[in-house]
Amino acid sequence: MTWLTALLNRPAPATGLVVAMIGLSSFAVAYSPRSLIAFLLFQASILLLYFAQIPRWLKRGLAFVSLGILMPILGTINGYYLEVATQVGIFVALALGLNIVVGLAGLLDLGYVAFYAVGAYTWAIFGSPQAGKFISASVAHFPLAGGWFFVFLILGVIVAAIFGILLGLPVLRLRGDYLAIVTLGFGEVIRVLANNLDKPINFTNGPQGITPISRPPLFFQPLLSALGVPASPTVLYPLYLYALVLLIVGVVILVNRRLEDSHIGRAWEAIREDEVAAQAMGVPLVRMKLLAFACGASFAGVMGVIFSAKQVFINPESFTFLESIGVLSMVILGGMGSIPGAILGATVVTVLNLQVLKGMSLWLNSLRNAGVTILGYNLANLPTQLEPAKYERMIFGIILVLMMIYRPQGILPARRRSRELGGSK
Amino acid sequence: MDTSILIAIFPQVLLDGIVLGFMYALIALGYTMVYGVLEFINFAHSEIFVLGAFVGVEILLALKFWGILDAFSPFLVLGILLLAGMAASGLLAVTVERVAYRPLRAAPRLIPLISAIGVSFSLQDIIRLCESLWNNAFNLVYPTMDQLNFRFQLTETIDVSVKSLVVIAAALLMLWALHLIVNRTKVGKAIRAVAEDQATASLMGINVNRMISLTFLIGGAMGGAAGVLFGVQYSLVNPYTGFIPGIKAFTAAVLGGIGNIPGAMVGGLVLGLLEAFAASYLSLLTGGAFGAEYKDIFAFSILILILIFRPKGLLGEVVRERA
Repeated sequence: MTWLTALLNRPAPATGLVVAMIGLSSFAVAYSPRSLIAFLLFQASILLLYFAQIPRWLKRGLAFVSLGILMPILGTINGYYLEVATQVGIFVALALGLNIVVGLAGLLDLGYVAFYAVGAYTWAIFGSPQAGKFISASVAHFPLAGGWFFVFLILGVIVAAIFGILLGLPVLRLRGDYLAIVTLGFGEVIRVLANNLDKPINFTNGPQGITPISRPPLFFQPLLSALGVPASPTVLYPLYLYALVLLIVGVVILVNRRLEDSHIGRAWEAIREDEVAAQAMGVPLVRMKLLAFACGASFAGVMGVIFSAKQVFINPESFTFLESIGVLSMVILGGMGSIPGAILGATVVTVLNLQVLKGMSLWLNSLRNAGVTILGYNLANLPTQLEPAKYERMIFGIILVLMMIYRPQGILPARRRSRELGGSK
Repeated sequence: MDTSILIAIFPQVLLDGIVLGFMYALIALGYTMVYGVLEFINFAHSEIFVLGAFVGVEILLALKFWGILDAFSPFLVLGILLLAGMAASGLLAVTVERVAYRPLRAAPRLIPLISAIGVSFSLQDIIRLCESLWNNAFNLVYPTMDQLNFRFQLTETIDVSVKSLVVIAAALLMLWALHLIVNRTKVGKAIRAVAEDQATASLMGINVNRMISLTFLIGGAMGGAAGVLFGVQYSLVNPYTGFIPGIKAFTAAVLGGIGNIPGAMVGGLVLGLLEAFAASYLSLLTGGAFGAEYKDIFAFSILILILIFRPKGLLGEVVRERA
């Protein structure tokens, strides 16, 4: 790989390589929309862009072209890619939020998905007829109009942040592993509550979940039709949600980068490295820990609101311990405390789950149906319960174990390396 | 409200709670012994427990397949299941320690914990993968053994099944054996020494690594036995059944004072009883507003409250001795 590094370190060939990669791979995706490899190449070219040593304006321009223009175009060719990209965006925001808590402040949070759930339910309850079941029609009529969605984006942030502080307050004194278990318990309590708060008063509609949840209004549709762009809501909504997710991910990344280099970020890292020393140097432990929980939670909250609008239907099954560990494995894979790491980790894990495992399932099924024989074994006899798509736990688990043993600092380690979390070199 | 119902079901609930409590106690031992020695939460213990349940069901299914299940006394069969489950789970625990924990022993606290979570998750799917390949199913049901399902009718409203009695007897037997090993043998003394101070223990000529492996072996074997008993008692097993009992057993260990063997038993019983009573009384007392589903919240809340307000547990300070 040294030749690649050498190539990427010089601006001119790097630019050429990246542009060629992006161009060729998008052409490949457009030409054969069903090919998984073409889309993976497209993603790899964006990663290449990140590593290329080229002028910043060019880098940003290319990033905008590939994510803001090429991706939506490819998405209209194969809608599933847009779905994957949107999911990746959601998980990038979640991973960045958890990265603040685990990576920067060193507080292992195993119930992170609870905040995502809080955000999702905040909009789901009021953006659907559900709220009408416990608020009388004379007060307000539910579902609220779609425009409220944007208010709830802010509300989701606030409510999730409040829950973050509620969780943070009691665990302030706890040591690392006990804190992990308490947060795990908190996550489960939120899920069980969502599962059971359909009685005595029906807040969450229990295991049946809430549907239909309103989507944000297509306020720009009149403009589009005035311009003569024929667009139906079924085409527009995925693009719209993708753009929304992209925008919020952008904001989240910006906030993260500003936080990391601010006195707050430094205080978090000081707490992670040595709590006692940090306190002795005048870091306000309580305030900083609560701030870490609140910040991390708020990113999950805002994505929860978007998630519920995107899915139209949510139930407690979307917010299990599995999801928390999934986000944790993204952070660990990329590198704790590292913003590019969290982004890369979220992308790799989501793509593994949504595309590679599903792809393997489809491939295995086609082999089974074709009755191919390998080494005298007829694949038609393969057990039907063998579905690679269902093995996301194995992916998460193997990532966690291997990373901890061989590379605890992650693929893209944070610049300021952490002693507490093992990346010493 | 009709208080006579509450009183009438009391003995039955008490009995169910005791059975559940012994189950938790057996699982909790694995957590507490490892924590006592390494100060580390073996998150994968819930899957070590599940492996025991699966080994048990596979043997039973094989016996049934050969048509010889009814030829043996169910107590003999159960004994074989227990031994096999204990061996499999014990070996798995030792392997997991060797592969995923030992390389990280010098690392900061959170690193082995994250590794353990990873082991737990991958084991769930590895068990699922094996069962899918072998049986083309991973939700398995324990074949029934009629003699074990016989119920003694104590009064009109209270009965007790043979298998509940077997669970209690087997659990008591194993707890007694564990007590003997830890407190009456040289090996037990060595384990306690390692728990107290690894460096000094190794200076006294104790092979620390071997003692840690042995701790995992014993804890894992207890977990495996609990797995078999769990399967016999509640019939249904799948690769993901371990998570909730695992967390609850950990709660029990914390409740009794983690690292403390008698504490794990006390904690298990207390939690089992609390849960049984919560499950049957909560909905009666609140007129159906809060159902039995809240028993999980009950357990988690206890865990959170204990960790926050009394992290040393009920017996943590009273008994200094650790295993």
